[in-house]
Amino acid sequence: MLTTLLGPSAGSATVAGFDIVSQAHEVRRRIGYVPQMLSADGALTGYENLLLSARLYGVAEQRTRIEEALAFMGLCEYAGRLVKTYSGGMVRRLEIAQSMLHRPAVLFLDEPTIGLDPVARRAVWVHLKELNKDYHITILLTTHDMEEADNLCNDVAVMHTGQIAAHGSPEALKARVGKQATLEDVFTQFSGELEETGRLRDTAETRSSARHRG
Amino acid sequence: MQRILRETLAIADVELRKLVRDPTELVSRAIQPMLWLVIFGQVLSQVRGIDTGKAGYLGFMTPGILAQSVLFSAIFYGIAVIWERDLGIVHKLLVTPASRVSLVLGKAISANFRGIVQTAVIYGIASALHVPIRWELAAVLGVLLIVALGSAIFAMFSLSIACIVKTRERFMGIGQVLTMPLFFASNAIYPLDIMPRWLRIVATLNPLTYVVDGLRGLMVHGEQSLYGFGTDCTVLCLTFAVFLAIAVKLYPQLVR
Repeated sequence: MLTTLLGPSAGSATVAGFDIVSQAHEVRRRIGYVPQMLSADGALTGYENLLLSARLYGVAEQRTRIEEALAFMGLCEYAGRLVKTYSGGMVRRLEIAQSMLHRPAVLFLDEPTIGLDPVARRAVWVHLKELNKDYHITILLTTHDMEEADNLCNDVAVMHTGQIAAHGSPEALKARVGKQATLEDVFTQFSGELEETGRLRDTAETRSSARHRG
Repeated sequence: MQRILRETLAIADVELRKLVRDPTELVSRAIQPMLWLVIFGQVLSQVRGIDTGKAGYLGFMTPGILAQSVLFSAIFYGIAVIWERDLGIVHKLLVTPASRVSLVLGKAISANFRGIVQTAVIYGIASALHVPIRWELAAVLGVLLIVALGSAIFAMFSLSIACIVKTRERFMGIGQVLTMPLFFASNAIYPLDIMPRWLRIVATLNPLTYVVDGLRGLMVHGEQSLYGFGTDCTVLCLTFAVFLAIAVKLYPQLVR
């Protein structure tokens, strides 16, 4: 909804100061989005994928920005190769490169490291942290991986059946559950209640939404 | 306006690069019209039961087969869009500030690349079969214009259906159900005046009829257009405008 893909059934929200319904175009100019699926076009090269994004975002100085993004994500030497020959981690890095070309104020990532091997996962984490630090981009990501949330986020909200069940910094949340509690314990405590009452838990609805602030 | 043009060309450019990189589809799409002209056309031209003008049955059906292959290659644009949706590409395009008109119009333009190749293929087959092709520049440009409009119309039609059905399985079913009736309820392989009344009414509402009619007046010596080039183009332009508007409206629903 915040990325303007879905319309709200009720209520309102603003992203980077603009209303997601009445000012959707302004919102789109200021956000980046990396979907959960590995969505870079496999039939194009890395460079062509970036070129398409740069053109659709109306980025000035396309070449410079693209080369900078490639260098930032460590993809320079693969830019001319077809994306279908990339590994999962490389595709994800390319997608992050695509989403940063226009210097968004807010970057949305949907489960950015799902299906990646541990090394690729770490690499994505490092890049996201740098992106936040060097370009002052606010990053909002959803994840089921509590280690990821703990490692990356300044601010974590545990979602349960569409509601925020708990919200705070990882440290504060852990302290609420008990000494030496992990973020996984936090997640279990705030989202596991329905299971105890014997009803089926809808995993699709139970998400941990996490935010990484600059 | 300039922004829309730039974004539209960005989408079309990507499609063209993909097509050039993997032209297998273009080759395989050339087979069907070849079968129609070489087998169906050659046999049926022995019958001489239908008054099909001076160029004989083969000359009569050549524009029809071009229109058919434009229809068949454009109609499967829907599948490609559903494929892109499943990959998350459509989501990513819709999150960009690009105008929805550009995203859809880019697809309509890329349908033209296929249309142009189909045209070249059919000119080739037809002249090999000694159909008296009109090679004047103006006639060929007219043909390309009609092919462009036809490809764009059917690509938009197909894209709209894809946005409603959303899955490949359902689209395959519907694609088959729609293409054959569109083809048979047109003047592609028989003239309007031998059709039963009800079919003639259906055929005059079918955009393919105007594609065929426009091509028939331009492609082959001795064949005539029924409505005239101007009328055909006007009808096709209006149809395209309507289908484009529908596709632009439906495209964002693809990700809901």
